[in-house]
Amino acid sequence: MAANMSACLLALHRCCQYPALALVARRQWSSSPAPPPLHRRLLLFLTQQYSDIEMLISWSSRRTRKQLHKKNVYYGYTESFYGRDVASAYFVLRMKGTFRYVGQSEWYGADQRNKLGLFEDWEFLNYKERQLEEVDLSDTEINYTGLSNIEVQRSLKTLKVSHCPEVDDWFLEKLHIFEDTLEELDISHCPRITIGGLAALRNLKGLKRLNVSSLAKISNPGLVIILLEEMLPQCDITATGYKLDLDPVMDNEEEEEEEEMEKEKNLFQRWR
Amino acid sequence: MLPWRRLHGLLRPVLGAPSCAELNRRPCRTSGWFSTRSLSSGKPLRRDIFKGNKKAAEALPGSSWTPFEINPGLPPEMSDIVIVGGGVVGWSIAYWLKKKESRRGGVRVVVVERDPTYSRASTVLSAGGIRQQFSLPENIHLSLASADFMRNINEHLGVLNEDPVDLQFNHSGYLFLASEGVAHIMEENYKTQSDAGAKVRLLSASQLKHKFPWINTDGVVLASYGLENEGWLDPWMLLNAFRRKALSMGVIQCHGEVTDFKYSIQVLRNADGEEVTLKSVKSVKVQMPNSLEYQPVECAIVVNAAGAFSGKLTEMLEVGVGYGMNEIPLPVEPRKRFVFVVHCPDGPGLDSPFLIDYSGVYFRREGLGGNYICGASPEESKEPDVGDLEVDHQFFEENVWPSLASRVPAFEKLKVCSSWAGFYDYNTFDQNGIIGLHPNIRNMYLATGFSGHGLQHSPAVGRAVAELILNGKYQTLDLSAFSFRRIMKQEPVMERNIV
Ligand SMILES: Cc1cc2nc3c(=O)[nH]c(=O)nc-3n(C[C@H](O)[C@H](O)[C@H](O)COP(=O)(O)OP(=O)(O)OC[C@H]3O[C@@H](n4cnc5c(N)ncnc54)[C@H](O)[C@@H]3O)c2cc1C
Repeated sequence: MAANMSACLLALHRCCQYPALALVARRQWSSSPAPPPLHRRLLLFLTQQYSDIEMLISWSSRRTRKQLHKKNVYYGYTESFYGRDVASAYFVLRMKGTFRYVGQSEWYGADQRNKLGLFEDWEFLNYKERQLEEVDLSDTEINYTGLSNIEVQRSLKTLKVSHCPEVDDWFLEKLHIFEDTLEELDISHCPRITIGGLAALRNLKGLKRLNVSSLAKISNPGLVIILLEEMLPQCDITATGYKLDLDPVMDNEEEEEEEEMEKEKNLFQRWR
Repeated sequence: MLPWRRLHGLLRPVLGAPSCAELNRRPCRTSGWFSTRSLSSGKPLRRDIFKGNKKAAEALPGSSWTPFEINPGLPPEMSDIVIVGGGVVGWSIAYWLKKKESRRGGVRVVVVERDPTYSRASTVLSAGGIRQQFSLPENIHLSLASADFMRNINEHLGVLNEDPVDLQFNHSGYLFLASEGVAHIMEENYKTQSDAGAKVRLLSASQLKHKFPWINTDGVVLASYGLENEGWLDPWMLLNAFRRKALSMGVIQCHGEVTDFKYSIQVLRNADGEEVTLKSVKSVKVQMPNSLEYQPVECAIVVNAAGAFSGKLTEMLEVGVGYGMNEIPLPVEPRKRFVFVVHCPDGPGLDSPFLIDYSGVYFRREGLGGNYICGASPEESKEPDVGDLEVDHQFFEENVWPSLASRVPAFEKLKVCSSWAGFYDYNTFDQNGIIGLHPNIRNMYLATGFSGHGLQHSPAVGRAVAELILNGKYQTLDLSAFSFRRIMKQEPVMERNIV
């Protein structure tokens, strides 16, 4: 009986996780504290009643964390066989991101259906000495740990990590490794970035374009943008998705639409 | 717990008094305390009387008054471990003890804090900075470990179905400036820090000017600037996160003041024939706030995490007097430090790191509205009186502002908007933490004396103390350099970067 119940709860919990993830981004700016949805209340109730359910939930969140870690872990094995540049490229592809080599105009990326589609013949394995110039890791689960895989790219000029749920202030802080080369950075729509991390961008003095649109945790965007402009005077800062008049709270629906459009555009750009 | 208490009287003759000394066993709740029972142990009886009178009491006008105050915050009569001091260090130790216990509820931990508003606790009065720029490898490793903990704070301190922890960490780095006289020390420190894995960079005066144009570099020959894991956070958030998590894991908190210990003394002779005393704490007397009521808590281990007042706490064990003439008292005392909040709209803004000048003056940004906090440590001979937390504004005019304004000319025009004072848990011997057992007290672990860098080290220190208690030795970071032994041997381990 108990096993049965926990099995179906686990299933319930799995179903709940995805909407919950999608909610993360929006939760911060809901103005009135709406009661949590039914499934969360139910889970809360159950965890208070039965400690094994608490165990199950913490176990499953531990598992999610582990998977995340596995995705971002250092590609030492690839590196030892093929060198650092191949390891970086492979990492970007495995994360379902795209990149462009120095001196080439072609973008390489993984196709969603056909996992490493463009690389059926693993062609990139031959480009041992080729450095990446632009990397687009938008909509991926890259985090602080994953950054160590592209750390060696000393020619990196563009890094895009918009819509990344795991990109946080610690990630931004570590970007100083690209301080000599990085010219363009897109961190828009990252739900975990706060002003504490934006302050760390002061180390990127060569930055020419910065996109900080729709950062959910920035509570007074008007002021923050002015301060950023002061800190990075040569940088062109894009900040959309904020209502800069009276109140910084965004209209949810409008935001959603905008997000959708933005997403479509991104997809289009990537698979064009 | 409650029904058990009621049974207490019944069980007494049957169970006798099992020993409580072993950890990791079901915490024993019957006690060998009977001979010295205090007023408070009459609780079951009291409750019955109260029950009987309830109706009558309710019938009286103004019935909220009862002759017997029921104090819900009363600590249990027994515990495996009592942590004295509910500052960030105390709660961190409590969390790690629970985290490391071999099975759920394996150790019973009580945290005793006398002031739930934390009005005088160093934790909430600190500047909240964290840096790796120390001269001692131990301190650098403690900071690195703590930064790693903070990076994954929600894996450690997240509580199911509660909001995630947000430390409000500002990744702004620390910037130390050195004059010609101390530049060589900075270079040495830089080497130690890099070897330990900290990401720090040395800047020449011209590089400094280029990177931070608002600094006046006169007199500066070298600067060191932290690139990763440095900045400041909200101390309240860290304290609360530790507390919330520890409570959710079953730590018992109690508001009362530890005013006395009950302990036994053994007098031994060492190889040289000298007398050595060995004390062991039997119980901790917890005085309840605003009442005469107190509760002795029998325990196997006491942790002294009372911050600036930890020296006072060991004094209660009469260390260094009477029998213990040869014992060395804990060299930790409160030292008052002022923090001034200034408003300066033309200040360096978001660009400003936590700057520490060689004159001893420091400042950092506070929020986004053009406010900064600053301060300095007074000379040894001019230490202010520690009887209260009054701020000496003269100190700002004479000791802080001149250096500050000469370093950052924008600060020539500023307005002091507020100020506060707090106590450093100052180790007069060598300004470093004292971690581990006191040589003359068998079961009191010390975690104090951090002299102005205790907040940032608290996550790693908590883990270290929990390892000492539960595993008997350090497992992750070896902190034996910070044991009391160095004080006995009179061999200070000096930290050069004390602010
Ligand atoms: C102005 C200032 C700036 C600072 N800046 C920094 C900084 O930038 N970075 C950094 O890392 N550190 C800083 N510190 C130092 C840091 O605050 C302390 O080292 C740290 O908070 C010590 O924590 P604690 O838990 O040991 O002490 P506390 O926070 O003082 O906690 C001790 C608690 O024990 C309680 N207590 C004491 N005696 C008893 C008793 N007999 N019974 C019951 N309870 C008792 C007290 O009420 C208190 O709440 C600063 C300190 C000050 C004063």
